[in-house]
Amino acid sequence: MIKLPGTNLLIEKKLSPDPAAFFVVPVISILLALLVGAFSLALSGRDYQQIYATMFSGAFGSTYGLSETIVKTIPLTITSLGIALAFRMQLWNIGGEGQIYMGAFAATWAALFFPVGTGWWTMPCMILLGMLAGGLWALLTAIPRAIWGVNEIITTLMMNYVAIFWVNYLVYGPWKDPQGYNFPLTATFPPEAILPTLGVSRIHFGLFLGLLLTVLMYAVVQHTRWGYEIKVTGESVSAARYAGINSKRNILLVMFFSGAICGLTGMTEVSGIAYRLQPGLSTGYGFTAIIIAWLARLNPFAIVLVSFLFGGLQVGGYIVQTSGIPSSMVTMLQGLLLFFVLGGELLTYYKISKAPASSGQDT
Amino acid sequence: MSQEIFVAILATAITAGTPILYAALGEVLAERSGILNLGVEGMMLVGAVSGFICAYETANPWYGLVVAMLAGGMMALVHAFLTVTLRANQVVSGLALTMFGIGLSGYLGQSYVGLPLPAPFKIIPLPALSDIPVLGPVFFNHDPVVYLSYLLVPMLWFYIFHTRAGLQLRAVGENPAAADSMGINVFRARYFYVIVGGMLAGIGGAYLSLYYVPSWMDNMIAGRGWIAVALVIFATWNPANALWGSYLFGGIDALGFRLQTLNVTVSPYFLKMLPYIFTILVLILVTKRNLAGRIGSPQALGLPYDREER
Repeated sequence: MIKLPGTNLLIEKKLSPDPAAFFVVPVISILLALLVGAFSLALSGRDYQQIYATMFSGAFGSTYGLSETIVKTIPLTITSLGIALAFRMQLWNIGGEGQIYMGAFAATWAALFFPVGTGWWTMPCMILLGMLAGGLWALLTAIPRAIWGVNEIITTLMMNYVAIFWVNYLVYGPWKDPQGYNFPLTATFPPEAILPTLGVSRIHFGLFLGLLLTVLMYAVVQHTRWGYEIKVTGESVSAARYAGINSKRNILLVMFFSGAICGLTGMTEVSGIAYRLQPGLSTGYGFTAIIIAWLARLNPFAIVLVSFLFGGLQVGGYIVQTSGIPSSMVTMLQGLLLFFVLGGELLTYYKISKAPASSGQDT
Repeated sequence: MSQEIFVAILATAITAGTPILYAALGEVLAERSGILNLGVEGMMLVGAVSGFICAYETANPWYGLVVAMLAGGMMALVHAFLTVTLRANQVVSGLALTMFGIGLSGYLGQSYVGLPLPAPFKIIPLPALSDIPVLGPVFFNHDPVVYLSYLLVPMLWFYIFHTRAGLQLRAVGENPAAADSMGINVFRARYFYVIVGGMLAGIGGAYLSLYYVPSWMDNMIAGRGWIAVALVIFATWNPANALWGSYLFGGIDALGFRLQTLNVTVSPYFLKMLPYIFTILVLILVTKRNLAGRIGSPQALGLPYDREER
């Protein structure tokens, strides 16, 4: 039991977490983040009601808006599933962004520069190579982590910069489309390398890949021995050791698959949206995925739902950019949201009560 | 390489290393108290933008530096509240702070992007000292913020290892329960050092926008905050090691930049990768060394302190 400084409130650990809090905390956190956002908009003299209304109707209020929100939901879902897999084992993969770029790079190679040209094999090769590239990129940081315990937060993050510069090098240099009027873009993909879309919308086949992956991830983490090993290792490394779990092998495997799934995002983004490799193909999905994974408490189905909300937030953010609201407002809202979720965990595991008047001590 | 170019690169290594140095010194203090703050990048960004706005409006870089310090401290306060009082996960809270900082700095700096600073910090050669051959132009031909860091490093080193308060700081980070029973207020100490750490990160960020660049651009810290976090491990939580470690990283940064201007055939994109690849390699080597020498992080680093579970 501790006393909150400056108040007469006591914080006490609950015997068991409150199941209602798992749902209530994220909802209240979203509302609080929006409230602080409204406050800062009002401070800079803007009409926050109108801005929020425009954002909401832009993201969810029309068929077009809704389809754009789903377009954003796809990369967010896939990336978050990959990040959540690593987080489950308390492996902090902050390198989703770089793994996306490496996946996009390898998929582009399969689409444009494959030694035997294009054909029925193009799409499977793009998926496989994209995932392989993302996975190997993550493995580069997993190996020193497994052997010497090198902090993976820093190494995965540094690898983001390297991957982004690598893609920039390609599109500004050797892979630049000769017919592209000197823009930093590769040539457009051939039809075999383009994912089919749903009707006239931009929603592409990646949606089904994402949903398939969600079910697969749920099955693996909840119903396999490996999924159980990951969970145990994440909760206590020493418990895992006593249970005879090979943590080193699991670090390598989990990071590889985490990176491979992020690599798949890169593949679906070039093959389903851009149809070419270009700078800025991921707008920070690797970072947003960290928030989504945490908000969804690493649950695969919750990840789809939260990704949809965040997709809407991003689409809404784009729409209000035309009225001078910078895109950084959305990033700020996302950071705020994570603060509130973290703070709200206190409500899940602790209860707050008033200190009796007599107790002056804080123990 | 002629001596002139060599001296110029070394002098640039110092300026390029200074923002990382301030941030790393701040992180040394926070981690010594047992709190891992991965929000350095975000605190530096908010420091850079608030410092720039203030210095731009007042035409005085010193006001900017003070405001940046306060802004960094405010950001750190959020982290301290979440991790010390609410015992939230320190990794996730730090990441949240960085993301919030990226967003907030972009939002605040929207109308200041690319504006030139009317009065950035100026180089003041130190009399006599700057006339020493080689060492003079490398170390004593800088702006006041660099000189300030020369004073700060030995002061912090002495404070941590040779004062009573420093002993208490280390006790809080190594064994908070024991520190608590000695009568040290663990919560107050952690708040204090996390906030001071944020203030130093704010100064580091402002150094980029008030002298090194000097201008405001979105995301201008470009990973230096993360390099500072890595540097703390490299420095084995010792301010003195952080000093030359920062200059080493600054040197790599300066070298990459210098090679670009020398018409080297290597693509600039590969040169830009250098500091990040270097950080990874150094981190691996240092972790191996620390492992062999049994040098570890402060024992309680990353763990929330709960009096009930004492």
